[in-house]
Amino acid sequence: MGLLRNQKVRGFIFQLLSVIAVVAFLFYIGTNTMTNIEQRGITTGFAFLDSTAGFGIDESPIAYQESDTHFRVFLVGLSNTIIVSLVGIIFATILGLIIGILRLSKNYLVAKLASAYIDIFRNIPLLLQILFWYNVVLKAMPSPKESFSFFNETFFINNRGFIMPDFSFNATMLSILAGFVIAVLAIYVLNRWANNRQELTGETLSVLPIGFTLVLFLPLIGYVVSGTDLQLDYATLGAFNFEGGKTISPEFLALTFALVIYTATFIAEAIRSGIEAVKTGQKEASASLGLTNYQALKLVVLPQAIRIAIPPTINQYLNLVKNSSLAAAIGYPDIVTIFSGTSLNQVGQAIEIIAITMAVYLVVSLLVSALLNYINHKMKIKER
Amino acid sequence: MAVFQTIQTQEAPSNTKGVAHWIRVNLFSTPANIAMSFTAIALLFWIIPPFVQWAYVDANFVGDTREDCTGGGACWVFIKMKLDMFMYGFYPAIEVWRLKTALVLFLFVIAAFKYLKNNKLIFLVFSLYMVVAYILVSGGYFGLETVPTNKWGGLMLTIVVATVGIVFSFPIGIIIAFGRASSLPVIRSICVTYVEFIRGVPLITILFMSSIILPLFFPEGMTFDKLLRALIGITFFQAAYVAEIIRGGLQSIPQGQYEAADAQGFSYWQKMLLIILPQALKVAIPNLVGAFISLLQDTTLVLIIGLFDLLAMVRVASADSSWIGMETEGYVFVTFVFWAFCYFMSLYSKKLEYRYNTNLK
Repeated sequence: MGLLRNQKVRGFIFQLLSVIAVVAFLFYIGTNTMTNIEQRGITTGFAFLDSTAGFGIDESPIAYQESDTHFRVFLVGLSNTIIVSLVGIIFATILGLIIGILRLSKNYLVAKLASAYIDIFRNIPLLLQILFWYNVVLKAMPSPKESFSFFNETFFINNRGFIMPDFSFNATMLSILAGFVIAVLAIYVLNRWANNRQELTGETLSVLPIGFTLVLFLPLIGYVVSGTDLQLDYATLGAFNFEGGKTISPEFLALTFALVIYTATFIAEAIRSGIEAVKTGQKEASASLGLTNYQALKLVVLPQAIRIAIPPTINQYLNLVKNSSLAAAIGYPDIVTIFSGTSLNQVGQAIEIIAITMAVYLVVSLLVSALLNYINHKMKIKER
Repeated sequence: MAVFQTIQTQEAPSNTKGVAHWIRVNLFSTPANIAMSFTAIALLFWIIPPFVQWAYVDANFVGDTREDCTGGGACWVFIKMKLDMFMYGFYPAIEVWRLKTALVLFLFVIAAFKYLKNNKLIFLVFSLYMVVAYILVSGGYFGLETVPTNKWGGLMLTIVVATVGIVFSFPIGIIIAFGRASSLPVIRSICVTYVEFIRGVPLITILFMSSIILPLFFPEGMTFDKLLRALIGITFFQAAYVAEIIRGGLQSIPQGQYEAADAQGFSYWQKMLLIILPQALKVAIPNLVGAFISLLQDTTLVLIIGLFDLLAMVRVASADSSWIGMETEGYVFVTFVFWAFCYFMSLYSKKLEYRYNTNLK
């Protein structure tokens, strides 16, 4: 009897019981699943990945044809998910940064507009926004024959999507890219040198204007030196649709617009709360040290604000990746639409397919939380 | 004897007060500020007048067919005619009084909470209400005709999914949060695995799992209704998020509270339920409201697995051959409904945050 009152013994018994309960539950659903699968004649295992898919996919960043395997379908879906997530993350960060800073503007009108933007778009379900862009805005675009065109018929918008000139990686394109890469490297080196010099001598050097010049002119030099011929493939109106060029589908546009607009509201809030979390004393201290507003922002406020704003922002990136699965509602061929949707309907092996899909998202979220831990560790204020 | 004249206080100089001063300081103080103000005004002019023109000036409100929409703007007649569909889905029109009764009872129950001080009584009243509401909506007892769940739809289905999700995810979430904060390693790791797994995958995969795989988990004869499967998926999904928020609340409770409860000879459940949880919930409430807002938004995903919630009704209603092409009005209407619900919930959460913030500056 005394033994049962011992905290350690009770803890052990309680844990043992819960392990037994979990194992029994898993065993129960496991055996049920086995009998159900047998009765319905569903095959098991991952052999289906090597069988022919036999359906077409509208947009695929990697080569794909109907005779390819389901594994190839998985890869197409995965790469589409990655593309829409990356594009979404880049634009959501830019928009969120702008809105977050405008939200703190001293200009009453601008601040109110930014906060209205946040209040409106974060309170509308994302799926509704996706369907709105897809079914209302993009479907209302004119037919290819009456497309809106921009910049002397270089870019077009119609109900088939957004059409722009395609480019290939010829010498000119490569030298522009090279110019850009060199500029970025140069800015990195220059920044390190300027920081070191400032710590040693106290003399400051503003890297920003030099950096702008480099990023602008080095690619331009590359363009001029290599012969100014980009060999762009312009789209032209054929009998029914545009030929040539690069078409961005309405599904991709609707999904990206909605993801960017929705996620930007959360990123803006993260950035705002990061800046607001820096104590007023810090700003007052920098003012009394004689720093200008810009110096105070750059040297005192931002380094502290970023430390607070980055973790929630990265969480929003993860949410964006997960939310990109709403592609299923409009048929953008991401992993959920074509693999958990079309492939599943064909093969019928729901357990394997959904497990693989979930595993992909789990890997992404584990990677993101590892990244977060690393950043938190790296950014921790080092107290000496 | 000197005579002092009373001097009237002078008014502040006209350039430091009034509307003109406010505008100058807040909108036109620097060249950059002026540029931003004009951009903002231009943006407002670009968005608001066309929208008002479409939604109000050129819109049609009266009539009962498509032909009555002659203004060229929004055709709100469509919403008016299809309102019952947006609200109740395919629920039989003669049975709609049951839904209305359930709603009125709900308002009474909420009002009663203001006067009931006893937690057990609140719990009892609420559980009783859930049973009564279920019988009213679903039927099958007391001579009420059974309405199968495939007839449920519209805002009513959205509210059913959201309410069930909130009510049932809450206790499950609390238990998982306790498990995660427990000192027993096995319990803790089971709960951590659950929470991290659910939070790592999108809701739509959970919904696919609950609608396709869940029936495989149970013996042959056991069938689940499509709605029930979605509800199970959403509840267990939401429970992980609730657990994580409550864990945050638990972490903010000082160790001394646990020790004091132990010293008083409280059992584990007494300690957790009477001492720790009430304080943790106080901290967690604003975030919980936030989680429930996102749950309300997430309910729209049930349309992907073939249920007809408020959002899905737009497509159903505008597929009617006499109302083709009315999707825009439908989406705008549904957007407004969702926005209003979410916005007022978020205002409420801000109010709660303020009320429970005991260390105001």
